[in-house]
Amino acid sequence: MIGPMLAEAFSALGANRLRSVLTMLGMVIGVGAVITMLSVGEGTKAQVQATIESMGSNLFIVQAGSAQSGAVRTGAGGVQTLTASDAEAIADLPNVTAAAPVAPGNAQVVTSYGNWSTQIMGTTEDMLVARNWSLSSGYSFSDSDVRSASRVALIGRTIVTNLFGDEDPVGQTIRIRNLPFIVQGVLAGKGQSLDGRDQDDTILVPVTTAQRQLFAGRFGDTVRFIMVQASSTDAMSQVQADMTALLRDRHRIGEGQDDDFQIRNLAAMADSAAQTAQVMTLMLAAIASISLIVGGIGIMNIMLVSVTERTREIGIRMAIGARQRDVLLQFLLEALMLSLLGCLIGVALGVGGAWLIKLLGGLDTVVTPESVILAFAVATGVGVFFGYYPARKAARLKPIDALRYQ
Amino acid sequence: MPEALIRVQGLKKSYVSPAGSVEILHGLDFQINAGEFVAVMGPSGSGKSTMMNILGCLDTASSGTFEIAGKDTSKMSSDQLAGLRNDVIGFVFQGFNLLQRTTIEDNVALPLVYRSADKATRRAAAREILAKVGLDGYALSRPNQISGGQQQRVAIARALVGKPKILFADEPTGNLDTTTSHEIMDLFTGLNRQDGITLMIVTHEADIAQYADRLIRLVDGRIDYDGPARAYFQERAA
Repeated sequence: MIGPMLAEAFSALGANRLRSVLTMLGMVIGVGAVITMLSVGEGTKAQVQATIESMGSNLFIVQAGSAQSGAVRTGAGGVQTLTASDAEAIADLPNVTAAAPVAPGNAQVVTSYGNWSTQIMGTTEDMLVARNWSLSSGYSFSDSDVRSASRVALIGRTIVTNLFGDEDPVGQTIRIRNLPFIVQGVLAGKGQSLDGRDQDDTILVPVTTAQRQLFAGRFGDTVRFIMVQASSTDAMSQVQADMTALLRDRHRIGEGQDDDFQIRNLAAMADSAAQTAQVMTLMLAAIASISLIVGGIGIMNIMLVSVTERTREIGIRMAIGARQRDVLLQFLLEALMLSLLGCLIGVALGVGGAWLIKLLGGLDTVVTPESVILAFAVATGVGVFFGYYPARKAARLKPIDALRYQ
Repeated sequence: MPEALIRVQGLKKSYVSPAGSVEILHGLDFQINAGEFVAVMGPSGSGKSTMMNILGCLDTASSGTFEIAGKDTSKMSSDQLAGLRNDVIGFVFQGFNLLQRTTIEDNVALPLVYRSADKATRRAAAREILAKVGLDGYALSRPNQISGGQQQRVAIARALVGKPKILFADEPTGNLDTTTSHEIMDLFTGLNRQDGITLMIVTHEADIAQYADRLIRLVDGRIDYDGPARAYFQERAA
């Protein structure tokens, strides 16, 4: 039954080739637009996701608070109240996977190949855990390196390019502020951060080395901030409360007095960035869906014309035994065929469009199987939805009225 | 006692027009037995076509009963009526009513599509019946490539392919020249005499009606004459 009906639908569409092609064009453009737009949105989302992941997940930054002397208040970090031992104490809290003290500064770094000004971070091994940072070669520094303030360094990819060229830096010596350091490892590349900084343009040294040797006198035994990682997103509020209590206790802050530190939740920042990307994807999809609906209305329009034009044919078919559902099925099949064929070409166009945007626009685009399935589902839905009314109109005709139609 | 194929009692049909309800058929009573060859005559507007459309299950009566093959059609759903049109009834129109986009063979096989017959069965049945109406070798032509007489043969083949119990024809020769008309009527006569197919043909031409055994004459929606065709024409000639 369905076999000859499919052939019938195909020949009916073939009989009005130009009209069928133009009708399909609406579907083609709609589906193509949806797939391309979704691929742009997905690409952006993936980019944001990668950036967020490179930052590390479930992170807090604990910063020293502001100080007040008379009427003058300093900004955050204006007083240096946090110490590396605060970090150690935080690390012992439940649900904390890492707490890395950071004593940062800028310095000129020199090798025999060249020199380069970069950011030096005095920290501990926990930094690598918190930032989800791995080494591409060499090995990390240990607790004993921190305790003994060894002159060892882990360097980022950008440093390698600028100070070593093609050479293998592991085991070589670099001079930071004229002090020799042994390069112990190379950090894996991370790319840009959310605010556009190059995360690979950095050198990690033991926090004690930074405090006592590199930036002697600047920190004493304090640190600028502590990077803390909670074990899960759900544990974050608990960890934040625990840290506040712990630091207030350690810093002997009485009831009613302001904290001398600030805790910033980086997960919230990452969430909002991910949400922005999600909203953008949705918006692009919504705009593209409008063209799908317009395409569907085009199909309905043509099917209505087709029903009117073929009223006599419907009458003939009914006169020789076609039931209502046969007529319904015939016109529904035609509408479905139009929309699915249009969808097929649209998918090809959309994938091509995504590829072109990647090639010419330099935007990351990702065509997901879900978006293709979605396009097919919507096309089927549009075909059935917009094809049903004309098909039913045809099926409900009385045979004699259909036959008399001129 | 011959088998009653069609039984009509008090059949009325009226249309609602802006001027009010107009009754076309004022209560018809007759019975048609299997194997009969009946001609329906009458002046324009007498209700011949209206009656044929009701008998062919293309239209419904306003009141009265119409039984076909022992089944009362007044209580049937549109799908059941479609089943009757497919199984029990063959209908031939004045204007042939072939699908122009479709080959002769597929036109003839169309009723079988709605019986879900497979392609091979449809093709074999179409070829067999085309041979019977003298259209060997035209299976793959299209309707616009053949003459009017040939198109009417295709329409008859289409009406016969489902092996119906009764064949209705509404002015089957109305669009044909005299020679072709008689060829078509010879074909009908053969189908009735040799294959025992019950025939009911509407015409306004006396020489076409003379092929039939029985004549029903309608005037203003009433039966004016129902009896042997020969007797009617002899009486008129006299």
